Amino acid sequence: MARFLVHRLWQSLLVLGLMSFVVYSLIGLMPGDPVDLMITADPKITSEDAARLRQLYGLDRPIVERYGNWLMAALQGDFGYSRLFAKPVMEALKPALANTVLLLGLSFTLALTIALPAGIIAATRPYSKLDYAINGFAFAGISVPSFWLGLMLIVVFAVLFGVLPAGGTGDLGQGGVWGTLKFLVLPVATLTIASVGGHTRYMRAAMIETLRQDYIRTARAIGADETRVVLHHALRNALIPVVTIIALDFGNLFSGALITETIFSWPGMGRLIFDSVMGNDFNLALVALLLATLLTLVGNFLADVAYVALDPRISFREVER
Amino acid sequence: MTAPVDVPVPVQAGESVWRLLWRRFVRHRLAVAGAGVLAALALAALSAPLVEAVQGGAGMSVDLLSRFRPPSLAHPLGTDELGRDILVRLLYGGRVSLFVGLTAAVVAACAGTVVGLIAGYHGGRLDAFLMRFTDGVIALPLLPLLIVLAAIDLNKLGVPADVVASEHVSLYRIVAIVALVGWTTVARLVRGTALSLRERPFVRAAEAQGATALRIMTVHILPNLASPIIVATTLSVGHVILLESVLSFLGLGIQPPIASWGNLLTNAQDFILDRPLLGFYPGFLIFVTVIAFNFLGDGLQDALDPRAIERRR
Repeated sequence: MARFLVHRLWQSLLVLGLMSFVVYSLIGLMPGDPVDLMITADPKITSEDAARLRQLYGLDRPIVERYGNWLMAALQGDFGYSRLFAKPVMEALKPALANTVLLLGLSFTLALTIALPAGIIAATRPYSKLDYAINGFAFAGISVPSFWLGLMLIVVFAVLFGVLPAGGTGDLGQGGVWGTLKFLVLPVATLTIASVGGHTRYMRAAMIETLRQDYIRTARAIGADETRVVLHHALRNALIPVVTIIALDFGNLFSGALITETIFSWPGMGRLIFDSVMGNDFNLALVALLLATLLTLVGNFLADVAYVALDPRISFREVER
Repeated sequence: MTAPVDVPVPVQAGESVWRLLWRRFVRHRLAVAGAGVLAALALAALSAPLVEAVQGGAGMSVDLLSRFRPPSLAHPLGTDELGRDILVRLLYGGRVSLFVGLTAAVVAACAGTVVGLIAGYHGGRLDAFLMRFTDGVIALPLLPLLIVLAAIDLNKLGVPADVVASEHVSLYRIVAIVALVGWTTVARLVRGTALSLRERPFVRAAEAQGATALRIMTVHILPNLASPIIVATTLSVGHVILLESVLSFLGLGIQPPIASWGNLLTNAQDFILDRPLLGFYPGFLIFVTVIAFNFLGDGLQDALDPRAIERRR
């Protein structure tokens, strides 16, 4: 167990290190550099000044050397200063991270609470009316552009009925629990609808496959009632592939967060990444992207552990190979 | 999905493979409907210049005196904030969205096939490395990274300035970006099948006769992979259209004045409170197109995969 964990952690660190270089280089390829931004802010800077400043900040050095300098500082906990927020990068990130974890956590839980039972119900009555209905909704959920869905929800609930706010977070602590919650309803709904379809289809497919196994027939033959067969014998095994696929989807959660947070002006990581890339906030964009990658890797890592925990047939030794 | 798919289609004497596939496919009523909708959409998009001509060629030109006109005979869906005809704009947007969706999906499928074939046929360390790489790409938070990719300054990459300044560069850029991340599903699929195919007698026989690795991969293995690749590509078109539309919506994909369903929504967002319909149309078309591609892919999967029929008995 320990060896497996160490192996996987080592791998994740490698990916993160690689990604930090790739993202650093990509950000270097974005238009302009910090000195260009100074020039726009202060027209009195001459081109000689600009060249001197570039030399002073090391911007004239090759990208590998600049990356090395950044990495050394980052390893010592110095991620630089955010241009947009005018505070250290980490201080700008913390509240955004908390907001995103709240948003993603809620919609992830909600999506699973809906998708898993729906998938199981559909799988136990394949090709029935109910199955078609569930499948139809699942397809619709997969196919709907979530930014459009968000806009339409705003039109209906914020404009037409005026019952929910169109975006933002409100003042925390104002108006009690509902005062905070009402800002979450539409973003969480958008994210949930966008991800529930895929999960439902995975669950349905895995369950149908499992219910076809011999040991299910045996369980039925010895007289176990259908509920017990499905929930006790089949579900455990059907969950194994579902957990893996959902874990691989972890990265997609951030994509969803980026869209939803931008639409609903939710001050989370996704919106922060978008704003920092658009606003030439190089330091912040870099760290925010890496943090998103890190969280995705952590999610995948946890899924590996869950995978092995769910399936006693797989030993850690095997996964290692 | 709607058809009684669990009843296998009996093979009739003297029937060609294509006819059998066709009969399997048409049992999927939703897949057939999807194909029909897509054909109609493609036809409508292709006829965009025609519709524009019928309106006297004024469909795309700015006319500030006729902003936000309600639907009329001249403008079936009304006009937008600059007095342009909404229907014509939607049709031109459809051309771009469908073109980007199909091209990027095909390019990505080709890249994925190459990676998957090499990994699956060679096996060993190369396979392990390529698949780790694929897993790595799959696990990444895609959209945030795509945003950085879309923001890259092409001049810094050494692309000639006149190319960068040309109007259509945003089209090719988005195809390249989507293909860069969209190849993973096909790669895994192809790799898995190639891995099992290379142990089969006909591949062994070809090896014994001294066929080169390239010949075995392209002549002997690739044709057997056609159906999973077709299915995966069809399913990914919908995904690509969603990606394109969201990037264009965020202002990073197709750049105005070229219309795409994504950037039509960006404009509409500003008027969403007063003219919600302006925002409804493009999103609805994206939705219909993507769901049609998904139904089509689902139907093709059942028609092309003999095991899917087998399993459903």
